[in-house]
Amino acid sequence: MTSQIKRGVSLYSYQNETFQGKMTLEDCIRTSAELGARGIEIIGEQSFWGWPEYGVADADIENWHRLIAKYDCVPVSHDYMLDYKRYKGREMPFDEQVASVRRDIEFGAQLGMPFIRSLVSIAPEVLVAAAPYAEEKGIKLLTEVHAPLHFDHPWIVRMAEMFQKSGSSALGFLPDMGMFLHAFPRVWADKFRRMGVPAHIADYIIKAYEDRTLSEYVILAVRDMGGTGPALGMAETLRHNAAFEPKRMLDYIDMIHNIHGKFYEMTADYVEPSIPYDRIVEVLKQGGYSGYICSEYEGNRWIEDAEEPDSVEQVRRQQVMLARLLGEPEVPTLKAAA
Amino acid sequence: MMDNKMIVEGSLENVEGGFAFLGRLPYYRGLGLSMVEDIAVSVDGSPVPREAIRFSVRGKTYTLDEMERVYDNRWNFGEQARIIVLQDGGLTPGSHRIEFATRLRISYLPMVPTTRDSKEMSLAA
Repeated sequence: MTSQIKRGVSLYSYQNETFQGKMTLEDCIRTSAELGARGIEIIGEQSFWGWPEYGVADADIENWHRLIAKYDCVPVSHDYMLDYKRYKGREMPFDEQVASVRRDIEFGAQLGMPFIRSLVSIAPEVLVAAAPYAEEKGIKLLTEVHAPLHFDHPWIVRMAEMFQKSGSSALGFLPDMGMFLHAFPRVWADKFRRMGVPAHIADYIIKAYEDRTLSEYVILAVRDMGGTGPALGMAETLRHNAAFEPKRMLDYIDMIHNIHGKFYEMTADYVEPSIPYDRIVEVLKQGGYSGYICSEYEGNRWIEDAEEPDSVEQVRRQQVMLARLLGEPEVPTLKAAA
Repeated sequence: MMDNKMIVEGSLENVEGGFAFLGRLPYYRGLGLSMVEDIAVSVDGSPVPREAIRFSVRGKTYTLDEMERVYDNRWNFGEQARIIVLQDGGLTPGSHRIEFATRLRISYLPMVPTTRDSKEMSLAA
């Protein structure tokens, strides 16, 4: 049966190409549409020149709407940043933070976005204060729950309580599937080996990850094995990543409105070896989730020292995987390209 | 990320009062200039003093100390900024090893990351 879940792409995925001017905004949107991924998520500061210091030109907003219409796509989310460390040595004052979020709400509304993404470190008090304006503009502020944070972490639990207590319908979550990292990514291990991590230490860390050993024990063990620099760096990735349980999303499913389909590597046979997408999609179906899963390719930074990332092919493979897991009838372009 | 794309190939040149090359921000978005905590350059293994470095983008040039208080300008995603080093006479013609590093204050990160690139660049006579 076809699920209610829809496919999209965060244009973050194509960063290696857009950074070098090899893909334009139109290329990104067209490519996603050709894959049947009609939901488009952006990072405003990446896709729109000058945001936020220079604002955004009206012509750029018009161009966005023209492209969305031309390729029959749907705006999903503007991921905003809120640089509360803009001033050296002091945090941005509370009222200024709220004002900054309001500008991103306005920008998101101009782009026709139903959601804007808040980084997980943004204080819930700021979001609660900005919520009435978001409601007015028809926008939801979604906090990105991202590893090492997860749905059982006290920071997230407290945030959820504050969102619920506020009574605002404009506050919710956007989980990043990287928090369900069930195996140490091969592209990470390869990069650390290239950086000089001895094979036996790399093998130990991969096995320790599989065994779910506490990160602090792994770091100590690597130090005892004589590991330095890159070896400790490889061990320390365990502080920031873990195989959390996808079912934890069910407790908050009514507050989840968008999903980052994080991935580090898609193999030629359409598998992400480190993130259990079959289980994830099962849980989302069980919870009745009906929003988008937006591809978020993050393998680029792990392989770029050895090879030029092919972001489009990586996104294509993930979209094929998602279409199959969602029980979609084969999408013609996917089939032709496969 | 984008480490190996920070220095723009073929961009090394002598300018009045020193030399310059084009640099890109190693990041998936742009950044307001006040959050660029440091830019470090070394030439053939010798570090350049911080005071000798200028950052220039779209015709505006800043010292690194000035840059820390610039709230109305940014280094856009993928944008090529000019990194100028004040050094009498510039560089001698031929090949030079340029190292370029940035330290960025990113609000959501629990560290202040430094990213570096190093390239052998040639300067025409």
